[in-house]
Amino acid sequence: MAEVVATQPAGRRSGRPDSLRLLLNNSLATAGLIVFGLIVLVALAAPLLPLPDPDMTEPANRLIRPFEAGHLLGTDALGRDILSRLVWGTRVSLAVGLSATLIAAFFGSLIGLVAGYAGGRVDTLLMRGIDMVMAFPYILLALAIVAVLGPGLLNALYAIAVVNIPFFARNIRGISLGVSRREFVDAARLSGKSHTQILFVEVLPNVLPVIIITMSTTIGWMILETAGLSFLGLGAQPPQADLGSMLGDGRKILFTAPHVSIVPGLMIFALVMSINLLGDGVRDVLDPRLKSGALTRPVARTAVMREKQPAAAAIEGAVLDVRGLRTEFHIGGEVYKAVGGVDLHVGRGECLGIVGESGSGKSVTAMSIMGLVPTPPGRIVGGAAMLGDEDLFAASDERIRQLRGAAVSHVFQDPLSTLHPLFTVGDQLVEAIQAHQPLSKSDASAKAADLLKMVRIPNPAERLNAYPHELSGGMRQRVCIAMALANDAQIIIADEPTTALDVTVQAQVLALLDTLRRERDTGILFITHDFGVVSAICDRVAVMYAGKFVETGSTDEILSSPAHPYTAKLIDCVPVLGQPERRLDAIAGRPPVVNRLPVGCAFAERCPRVEADCRAGPIPLMEFRPGRAARCIHPLIAGEPYV
Amino acid sequence: MSEETLLKVERAERVFGGGRTIFGRPKPGVHAVQDLSIEVRRGETLGVVGESGCGKSTLARMIVGLDRPTGGRILFEGRDLAAEAGKDLRRLSRDVQYVFQDPVASLNPRKTVRTILEAPLIHLLELDREARSTRLSELMDAVNLAPEFLDRYPHEFSGGQAQRIGIARALAADPKLIVLDEPVSALDVSIQAQVLNILDGLKKRFGLTYVFISHDLSVVESVSDRVAVMYFGRVVEIGSSRAVFGRPRHPYTHLLLNSAPAPGRRSLAAEDAETELPDPYDPPPGCAFYARCPRRTDTCNAVVPALEGFAGEEAHQAACFHPHGDR
Repeated sequence: MAEVVATQPAGRRSGRPDSLRLLLNNSLATAGLIVFGLIVLVALAAPLLPLPDPDMTEPANRLIRPFEAGHLLGTDALGRDILSRLVWGTRVSLAVGLSATLIAAFFGSLIGLVAGYAGGRVDTLLMRGIDMVMAFPYILLALAIVAVLGPGLLNALYAIAVVNIPFFARNIRGISLGVSRREFVDAARLSGKSHTQILFVEVLPNVLPVIIITMSTTIGWMILETAGLSFLGLGAQPPQADLGSMLGDGRKILFTAPHVSIVPGLMIFALVMSINLLGDGVRDVLDPRLKSGALTRPVARTAVMREKQPAAAAIEGAVLDVRGLRTEFHIGGEVYKAVGGVDLHVGRGECLGIVGESGSGKSVTAMSIMGLVPTPPGRIVGGAAMLGDEDLFAASDERIRQLRGAAVSHVFQDPLSTLHPLFTVGDQLVEAIQAHQPLSKSDASAKAADLLKMVRIPNPAERLNAYPHELSGGMRQRVCIAMALANDAQIIIADEPTTALDVTVQAQVLALLDTLRRERDTGILFITHDFGVVSAICDRVAVMYAGKFVETGSTDEILSSPAHPYTAKLIDCVPVLGQPERRLDAIAGRPPVVNRLPVGCAFAERCPRVEADCRAGPIPLMEFRPGRAARCIHPLIAGEPYV
Repeated sequence: MSEETLLKVERAERVFGGGRTIFGRPKPGVHAVQDLSIEVRRGETLGVVGESGCGKSTLARMIVGLDRPTGGRILFEGRDLAAEAGKDLRRLSRDVQYVFQDPVASLNPRKTVRTILEAPLIHLLELDREARSTRLSELMDAVNLAPEFLDRYPHEFSGGQAQRIGIARALAADPKLIVLDEPVSALDVSIQAQVLNILDGLKKRFGLTYVFISHDLSVVESVSDRVAVMYFGRVVEIGSSRAVFGRPRHPYTHLLLNSAPAPGRRSLAAEDAETELPDPYDPPPGCAFYARCPRRTDTCNAVVPALEGFAGEEAHQAACFHPHGDR
């Protein structure tokens, strides 16, 4: 197997564009970067620039207006050149802001890291100390510190750094707490690393992006605070120039010579604005949550971009009839063909199972039907989903909203995240009922209790007042099923509804779903990866691989005599209770990536029966007889020819 | 398989919470594991099955020293493991290692595979550079991964590959016992088989002993020599894999076996919705399975049944007053 693995690339090394390019894509951040870069350059180059001495007074030339000979930005009350003072002052402000940030970041992060990692008493002690610092208003604390230490730039710097330590400590502690409880920290302990090694070698690198984000968003604030202290006369002492003290100097002559205060004011504005824009950009690039697309708000319904409307020939008795469904994800320049032409139909009271491994496209198929695939990046590019004789992909948004949770409803894998944690089960059921039926609150409540009774929850009337966390996993999933049935659904799309449950509870939920669909004649589209679960509930099965159905048929037929080699392999690698001696037959290799699908059979690379013609061209889903088909030109059931 | 005992858990108990507040009021405590005694023999695979919340992961963490029992003892080759873990976790980690459930979460996303695998070699075995590089290629070979993967980062791997790196890391210190906590439950079935086969091969090649924890009965049956079934922090049935799965004695084991879905099995035994796990803050006085048990009597609700063997097969024990007979 080593050779097989070696020949396959373990994923491309740089799937995402690098951080700098991402940052430059953001035009506001780029503007910030340019302005900030210019200011820093000029400030750094101050000794080299042909500027007059910023502290040289020249009372004869006091209060010259800007743009007059010799003094581009004019002079102040003592006749000092404002341009020179501005450049030198910016230099001081930047240096103080940056160093204060670094000091605050260092001590704050250290406290946060230790508190988050150690937890318990150490955490309590450190964080209560931080709370005490935070209990004083910002500027008051800084003033108090400066008052004790005496005025001066360096003391102002300390004051600002101390005041900002809690900000870092609290931010970093939260992240560090999460990282420290991750399994790789336990693994490092078992690898023999000491606590110090774990803290700085394992935890710190994972917290570092947050430290940088926090720094980038605080520098601007720090510069403002420095300016504030200097403005009050507690920071830079005369004759030294810094932006705050320049502003302070101009305050008294604001009306007679406004340029003296406006010039440093504008500089503070430009500096802080550029830093904040840049900081926001840096945060967007580094923050993993934003990276994964939280900033691109998906629309309420998947975009439908079909080239042509397929001709619909309804199948007799089908409630839901999907034909030629193709769903793609467009990310960057790549097109991921998650679903590549799926036909399926579900009749009244029938249960169709879609089986496949992770990444096979089974969930995307299910989500596409009611337009639940997020757009961007997802879009439906072909096919039709007929609910009765209505094409769901052509229906209006309002119509889809009416149908969701009514005619077509969903049950998802994790009931805890499906139910709202802050509302009682009763509230949520009543909401689901009232969204589609004009019932009064009390009628809806009574109906909700009936629903809970129907899903066999004991003491239904009492349970209406329970919050989701008060129920067990099995009970929660029953509530979700009750909600799915609240408006007489014709079809329930159940996406791995029992995967998160224990076996005994799974058996209960499966039995319940099976009874309900018979009692109420509801069709079920059941997504799962488990052939055992399929046997327990599904009438028919479709096996999915790389976005396409590779085999369809009745459950018994597929389990007893699979036609497609993939189906056979998939069944063989499941351990079966009562047959411990059976050798598990692993499938070598990995499924193809759906943005680079081969021309021919997608399973060819891993198939033991592969021949040259398998790779030659697309292979259609061929029928042995109505209801039994496989996408294979060398099927395992040799006796039966395709029709 | 020798009969020599490698690991012995003696009446281990782990209580979370408990104790008293600073005002002297007792705080509620949860018994994650109570009065649990098992033995693991050198060279065998002991399977531990149970549903979520039964204490199997707590047991696993206590065996490897990540957690300590609040009562009872855990002996590894006669050494008191809990006492040792407090003083010198490194010594214990040279003998007992752990494979995590979530392969990706157990690898630091910012370290290369080489750095991850070298850590136990540096800190536990104190190997020099040359010895490390030999050992690294041995390890990669053992788990069937190409050596060029050493310089990649965890996110570049699929779940199955990541789990094989997790196994290589556990193997690195050349331990005698490996605790596998749901090692395949996060993997797709086709990958699951690959990993199980590799584990099987490693056990033979290096003479390892496994404690294999899983909620999946069929996986446990296919890998284990002996099986312990846990319910609510206690072992309710233990015995050879063949005996426990072939002739289950405890009603809970029966229920588990009948609930497990299997290809071709049409109907699953489903209980009523009333049946719930007992409240851990208010444990029942007698058998924890009482409320769900079809064979219950008044005795069951009054006294906790002890693990007892059966005439003719002392090794197959069940904690039940009314066990099932031969099927």
